Amino acid sequence: MDGKVVTRMGDGSCVERTRDELRADLEDGAEQGARRAKASSLTAGEIDHLLEIFASEARMTGVPIGDEVVLSCDGTVDLLSAKLDSLTQAELAGGDLCELALEDYSYKAVKTVVPTEQRRLQEAQYRLTIPVQYGAQADLGRYSVPDGPVPNWSQLLPEARVDEARAAQEEAASESEGDMYRVAEAMWEAGADGVNFDTAGAAGDADFLAVLNTVRRLRAAFPDLSIEVGMASEFVLGMHGELEFDGVRLAGLWPVDQLRLVQEAGATIFGPAVNINTGRTVAWNVARAIAIIKPCMDAASIPVHVNAGMGVGGVPMHPYPPIDAVSRASRAFVEILRIDGL
Amino acid sequence: MGTGDAVGVQMAHALAAGMNGMRAAGDLVARMQMTRGMRLQEAKLFVADRLGVSPRDLSDSVVMQEVRSEFGIGRLSDFEMECVGEATAMEAKFNIAELLDLPINCVQRFRGRVHSLRGDRAGGVS
Repeated sequence: MDGKVVTRMGDGSCVERTRDELRADLEDGAEQGARRAKASSLTAGEIDHLLEIFASEARMTGVPIGDEVVLSCDGTVDLLSAKLDSLTQAELAGGDLCELALEDYSYKAVKTVVPTEQRRLQEAQYRLTIPVQYGAQADLGRYSVPDGPVPNWSQLLPEARVDEARAAQEEAASESEGDMYRVAEAMWEAGADGVNFDTAGAAGDADFLAVLNTVRRLRAAFPDLSIEVGMASEFVLGMHGELEFDGVRLAGLWPVDQLRLVQEAGATIFGPAVNINTGRTVAWNVARAIAIIKPCMDAASIPVHVNAGMGVGGVPMHPYPPIDAVSRASRAFVEILRIDGL
Repeated sequence: MGTGDAVGVQMAHALAAGMNGMRAAGDLVARMQMTRGMRLQEAKLFVADRLGVSPRDLSDSVVMQEVRSEFGIGRLSDFEMECVGEATAMEAKFNIAELLDLPINCVQRFRGRVHSLRGDRAGGVS
């Protein structure tokens, strides 16, 4: 290999790097992540640790025995059958919990088939010992024209109709909150252990606000309900720009501030998401993600499950992410950040 | 939420860093995180204490198969290892609720429905 090791780009393709090149990637990724999130960069020891992980020629790597973490999941409907997927999680994939989900992973879609989903969940609970949660996305865009009743803010904003665009997002958020609450309430009644609000903030600050408001209402109504909030990306887009939760402006929040609000709202598990840059190596992406997420670990009073699925958390943006890349990302998050789960 | 999208990702994470679900005790630690909001180390210590094992044992499929059988908290049953006579899912969850002192939603509802057949609604949940 002439002093080079095989590693991966963010799109999953193989490249070769020397140790020095890998170290440079790690240092640059950490520095860029820290600068963007206004956080401290990684220490020299942490960079050395990451280099040890990424400079290995092993096909697969793993954490030390005893350092394993809880694995949660979101909307894994690969078998196109919620029942089969939940059984797969329990019996084949080593999942510590599983999630029932509709293939159309949106609370707006789920509300039209709630009785069916309730029955599926009830039956899953008779079949499974591991915890069963129900998950979907707020998916705020689905409430706008042409898919929903609300004017489309993506059409209004380019026309500089800012007030109308903001009003439309507020109306969509209100509709979304109602749907998410009703579905979550129904799943609790069917016996769910928890609910998952996945890709929170995908449509921007109004999307995130709808999730936070829903979490707060659910926590007040159902004290024992597990509530996961997984973010859509590292940064809350200010599509509205003026929305606040508990006096905190949502636009522009980075993971540690996202975490604080999710905790205040009453969630039990937080999932930070850092998007991957397909033009940089996995090593660069993992170092950047760790630097961005690192402040969460001291601020968290609830478990932090880093999103490390396709295209986030250093996992390549490919439908079949290679084991070498996934296992390195997995180990890096556990060993450097001491996360509570993935 | 973490392991996301393609199921192959989940499997790679499980091999690299997972607690192995019902093969070991990952589901029990997950329940403490989900229902009590415990961080990982606190959840591991709590579950290990209740089971009388070390935190490291919680990820050990060999140790945990015996422990799960002893406590009646469910084992994976497959072609090579039929766990005849051992607790099935709902039975196991009744035992897990007692073991971990946790209110498990589906267990409470199951209990409530059985009671309701006898004309006694005590034990149901709203």
